[in-house]
Amino acid sequence: MTTTTTPSPVRPRSAAATTVRLGVSRIGYETRLYFRSPDTLFFTFFFPFIMLGIFTAAFSAAGNIGTNPDGTGGVSVGAYYLPGMLAAGMLLSGVQNLAVDIAGEKSDGTLKRLGGTPLSPLSYFMGKIGQVFVTAILQAGLLLLVARVLLNIELPSDPEKWATFAWVFLFGVITSAFLGIALASVPRSGKSATAVVIPVVLVLQFISGVYLQFTALPEWMQNLASVFPLKWMAQGMRSVFLPDSFAAAEQTGSWDLIWVAGALGVWLVVGLVVSRATFRWIRRDA
Amino acid sequence: MTTTSPVVRVRDLRKSYGGVEAVRGISFSIAAGETFALLGPNGAGKSTTIEILEGYRGRDSGEVSVLGVDPHRGGLEWKARLGIVLQTSGESGTVTVTEQLRHFAGFYPNPRDVDEVIDAAGLREKAKTRISKLSGGQRRRVDVALGIIGRPELLFLDEPTTGFDPEARHQFWHLIRQLKAEGTTILLTTHYLDEAAQLGDRAGIIAGGRLIDIGPIDELGGADARVPLVRWRDATGQVREQRTDAPARLVAQLISAADGAEPDDLEVIRPSLEDVYLALVRSDEAQTLAHATPVGADAAADLSEKDVRA
Repeated sequence: MTTTTTPSPVRPRSAAATTVRLGVSRIGYETRLYFRSPDTLFFTFFFPFIMLGIFTAAFSAAGNIGTNPDGTGGVSVGAYYLPGMLAAGMLLSGVQNLAVDIAGEKSDGTLKRLGGTPLSPLSYFMGKIGQVFVTAILQAGLLLLVARVLLNIELPSDPEKWATFAWVFLFGVITSAFLGIALASVPRSGKSATAVVIPVVLVLQFISGVYLQFTALPEWMQNLASVFPLKWMAQGMRSVFLPDSFAAAEQTGSWDLIWVAGALGVWLVVGLVVSRATFRWIRRDA
Repeated sequence: MTTTSPVVRVRDLRKSYGGVEAVRGISFSIAAGETFALLGPNGAGKSTTIEILEGYRGRDSGEVSVLGVDPHRGGLEWKARLGIVLQTSGESGTVTVTEQLRHFAGFYPNPRDVDEVIDAAGLREKAKTRISKLSGGQRRRVDVALGIIGRPELLFLDEPTTGFDPEARHQFWHLIRQLKAEGTTILLTTHYLDEAAQLGDRAGIIAGGRLIDIGPIDELGGADARVPLVRWRDATGQVREQRTDAPARLVAQLISAADGAEPDDLEVIRPSLEDVYLALVRSDEAQTLAHATPVGADAAADLSEKDVRA
């Protein structure tokens, strides 16, 4: 606060600086809200951990997956499911989290209140997307830690694999975040939001190779899943964490990272356009 | 800000929802530093009017200027000069009172001190409590606190004290008087006529989308509406009423006419704002019925309420 004031109303900060400063403030605020919501913690943050635990416990007795004919090699059940759970975490952190959250804020008056303040919608979205990144990074980091320490899964040492991880993760999370904002316009009320959003996200996880081995699904289901982004996030993650011998089991017999980037790019644009077209501080102006 | 131009200026404002006119040509102005109360029955068009002024809604026609800006084009700098307390809020509220106020204070270029606002709103002992754990009246105080944290030049209060107990209402009035003393211009809607009388400098009464009266609080309804009423029970047991500017003389006459006997159930009633208001609204309703407008006022009311909630 300055002690002297000039007669002309010169703004101390530029509008862009204020937008960024408030965006950063929103990230902290939104992240705090995220970790104070038991529903979000269970269904978004810890859900992949729970599923990884269940699958590992249920199927480990059957032995490794992708073994040689003589029964050697392959990867453990936990190692096989880890990439799918990382992909599911990216989808949940973006799509499910934001779609339910923003639909709720629309119907409970939060957005209307913010719309009456000098908070820029850009700062608001920086807060939402920043929160998605903070929580998704924590989630993925913790998943990798649990995989390494508790499930004794060997993680890749090749820096090239981690570079692939980085871009698939960042690209996937930002795409998920925008799709979540776009999907938030669908539920008619905050109460119906979970009923609208969770089935969509759950079905996607089943057909996209998160819970079920993608290569074991019928071809029509694989083709259907290929339309949606989760299949490509999971495939990108498999390319990082599974041995290259597993690439032969993919649809085209390779990891197709170009297609992963292409599909995520298209869905990012779709999410951006729909978010931009549907978002209002208040539901509609008659 | 120049003192000559009004803070709020509304000329012939009109707004329809699906062919039903919710606001049918309303005009009024609010001067700098003034507290203006907008009164009227539910669905009369109060909320539509106030939401147009706040920038939440568009209008069909008419001129509106709020702090010199058309609300429809009001940007962030304009919003920074407003404080808005909406009618209801149902936010889940997993942040504490202090956290919420500190966060919102950051939106404004020159906010009030968070602790001062907490004290002024009577929330000191709840400062570290999550908003979801507060009672309805306490949450309403948080709404008011959020409305004033940005040091607004113009404060909108849409039914601010609904759900308050009498003590909380008096504390709230004290807070609003402090804001008035600092020069804040206030637009208040309320169903509590005593609240309007306590806080308002002037008031407008809206019924059926029209402004049926406007003026200083103690002149609403005209001088006739404020003529005292004497009511008593006569010798036959009949209740009698008479309006007179000289109630004491009438009572004296009654006593002398009854040879010094005390009249039964004697009352001398000075019409309160509530009486004046009810008389105005009822006479307007009677006129509306007499003219038999094709569209029922109730239909308009239902529609506008629904739309406001959407």
